[in-house]
Amino acid sequence: MTETAKTSGLISCTTCARVWPGGQSHCERCGSALIDRDVRGLQPVWAWWVAGLICYIPANIYPMLRTHTLFTDEESTIVGGAAELIAHGSVGVAAIILIASVLIPVGKFIAIAFLAVTLRDRKRMSQHRRQQLYEVVEFIGRWSMVDVFVVAILSSLIQLQDVASINPGPAAMTFALSVIFTMLAAQSFDSRLIWDKEDQA
Amino acid sequence: MTESTTAYKDLIACPKCDALYHAVIPDNNHRAICDRCGTTLFAPREGSFLIVFAYALTVLVLIFAATWFPFISISKAGLSNTSSVFDVALSFSDSAMIPLTLAVAGMIILIPALRVLLILYTLAPLILERKPLPHAALAFRYSEQMRPWAMAEIFVLGVAVALVKIAGLANVDPGPAFWMFVALALIATIQDRAACSLTIWKALEAK
Repeated sequence: MTETAKTSGLISCTTCARVWPGGQSHCERCGSALIDRDVRGLQPVWAWWVAGLICYIPANIYPMLRTHTLFTDEESTIVGGAAELIAHGSVGVAAIILIASVLIPVGKFIAIAFLAVTLRDRKRMSQHRRQQLYEVVEFIGRWSMVDVFVVAILSSLIQLQDVASINPGPAAMTFALSVIFTMLAAQSFDSRLIWDKEDQA
Repeated sequence: MTESTTAYKDLIACPKCDALYHAVIPDNNHRAICDRCGTTLFAPREGSFLIVFAYALTVLVLIFAATWFPFISISKAGLSNTSSVFDVALSFSDSAMIPLTLAVAGMIILIPALRVLLILYTLAPLILERKPLPHAALAFRYSEQMRPWAMAEIFVLGVAVALVKIAGLANVDPGPAFWMFVALALIATIQDRAACSLTIWKALEAK
């Protein structure tokens, strides 16, 4: 059994790693709030997770981009936009969009839910694998924002009066919110919980 | 290890798994890794504060310049349009999407700029071996918390995708700010890798 701050009756700071006597509320070195993971638990994770999921649904239904050219007016959703790119032969770029806007967010919802639900079920996945999964989720989640930036760039640049103009659709907003909320869900997941169970076993 | 009140001062706990260690910073160019979960705790390097400071200063200059210089121009059928990064950040502002404008401006300009300013503020006295400036701990804590929200490198990927999408629609011409932004995303990433935050925390405490 590994000796931890918790088993020694101490509370650790996740920002600067300093430890303090159990019950202390703030780290005196860096000023961060010291969080007792048994008290806070997974509730904030689930709250952000649900908020992220709720925003992700309209993000896929409503248009992300409104494109106006001389002869056409089109609205495209995230997946629709990627399909168009494939039709034009830009398979690589379509892949980036699909990975960043579909694969990563969906994978993230599943991964966070899996980590939170099976926290007590150690047989399904080792602690090391869980830690790796968590780190991947935390690292990769931000990259979903890429499609929002694409919309921002296109709509500021493509403003050629009647010849061609692009404007953001409502999905840009809900998609950005979904990414922000799932990032917060991942951040509020306390990875120390993954390791705690070993100590209690 | 004991639980007495004096003993905990020399201890650190792995931020990822809570394993308890005596806080001994290894020699330069060595790493201290958590035995249990493999997280890097300390990775000090010779002169790293100065190196990080130099990178941060470079990033700051580049952000400032890249924000105002022409970023990308397009032309089609005699019409043309040039955008700066600032225009991109404000592109959602003519609709009901003002919060999104703030978020985009924050993630590509304001947060990256603020983060490097806070890092410069934290590190300057440490390099000169002086006492940290007032509220240096607060400054460094904020810069650490902003880390996931500074998205310059993701923006660069977004630019690449956007350029391919535009290519069929109009002629595209990258301006000076485009190259500055690519450089700044790269340097900001290198800077983050060079900084060992637990070593900086220890240095802030020691002075």
